Amino acid sequence: MAALLGLSPAHWAALLSGLSWTVFLSLVGFLAGGLVGFGVALARISESAIVRRISLAYVNLIQGTPLLILMFVLYFGLPVLGLEMPPLAAACIAMTLFSAAYLGEIWRGCLEAVPRTQWEAADCLALARWERMLLVILPQALRIATPPTVGFMVQIVKNTSIASVIGMAEMTYIGKLINNATFQPFRTYLVIAALYFALCYPLSWLSRRLERKLNVAHR
Amino acid sequence: MNYSFDFSFLRDYWPMLAEGLVLTVQLALMATVLGFLLGTACAVASTSRSRILRGLVGLYVEIIRNTPLLVQLFVVFFGLSSLGLKFSATTSAVIGLTINIGAYSSEIIRAGIESIHRGQVEAGDCLALSRWQVLAAIVLPTAIEKVYPALASQYVLLMLGTSIASQISAEELTAAASRIQSDTFRPFEVFLVVAALYIALSFLMRGMFWALGQFAFTRRRRLGTPL
Repeated sequence: MAALLGLSPAHWAALLSGLSWTVFLSLVGFLAGGLVGFGVALARISESAIVRRISLAYVNLIQGTPLLILMFVLYFGLPVLGLEMPPLAAACIAMTLFSAAYLGEIWRGCLEAVPRTQWEAADCLALARWERMLLVILPQALRIATPPTVGFMVQIVKNTSIASVIGMAEMTYIGKLINNATFQPFRTYLVIAALYFALCYPLSWLSRRLERKLNVAHR
Repeated sequence: MNYSFDFSFLRDYWPMLAEGLVLTVQLALMATVLGFLLGTACAVASTSRSRILRGLVGLYVEIIRNTPLLVQLFVVFFGLSSLGLKFSATTSAVIGLTINIGAYSSEIIRAGIESIHRGQVEAGDCLALSRWQVLAAIVLPTAIEKVYPALASQYVLLMLGTSIASQISAEELTAAASRIQSDTFRPFEVFLVVAALYIALSFLMRGMFWALGQFAFTRRRRLGTPL
């Protein structure tokens, strides 16, 4: 049997299925987390003090606890309350809550980085609040937000590895299984690391490139 | 949903939680100090004239920043021991966390060094300071002061990251929580308590970094001038 890097074709097939789950979980984390995170960003700069305070509490809660603990609470904790929670669902919800807090904070910073005068100018043109946001602020904030957002996608991909702990069959989990079968931890985990690197490095590179390209105003 | 919360496990198991908490703080502290030193050395190397040094540091930083901490810890703990380099779980955790945070520190400090105006270095040259004296007396203190907030929040993230060391059987807070919940079957309460401890710890760390900053960087107070 042809063994590539000491792993049999069956191992590679398992790894690729793990890889696809890693990608899936990352996409869920980014898309669902982005949706919720956008709400968090808006809530953080809301005119209502209560909304601001609640969203700040949410951000502090998520940013103050390890993602691992969040997954444990969802996976082991919620079933006790009578909520059925398979690993996949727990991992998806945890990644969403996690990304939403961080993306929300990143985007709040980007919204606030749009000069005050732009907000005032929009008010002077008698634009409604949603028009001001949609037509004036967001297009400018998008430019500022793109590089750090792409950069944070790297964090999302890497943090999906923690879902292996609650038994979600993504890449790190498959790596553990293969290691249990082959007793070649060094080689196996280096291969896993290389696969993560292949996923993350293009994003890091893109983030840096976008930063150079879009950061025209600060040059 | 009629679930009655029961925190009575705290009475019997608090010493275990306390021990875990102590190890978490120790891991975070050691990795922060060692990682800061490693990061500073790498940042200096990555702004040096030697192309080889720059390339090596670049490779190290990219590899670490683009792979998960969990896999890095697996390589250090399971991987190295299979090659005959055996460390205890705690030692492996310190090594893995240090290598990890060193890469992040290096990138942050490098950004600080690169933001320093050339005139500062030239002024040092004019005072006949050696390259190392310029680095130690002018470049590094200013660079680190500039990026101090970014470094501090990275180290808080590192403290949260120590929870991953539970996966290589280091007996820190998260590992203690897992053991208690498998004893008591009270996962919800146990993990809520531990989450609260982590939140308290991260607020405490932010406060300590703020105080340390006030103590270490007195320029603003003394001169009233920002950097």
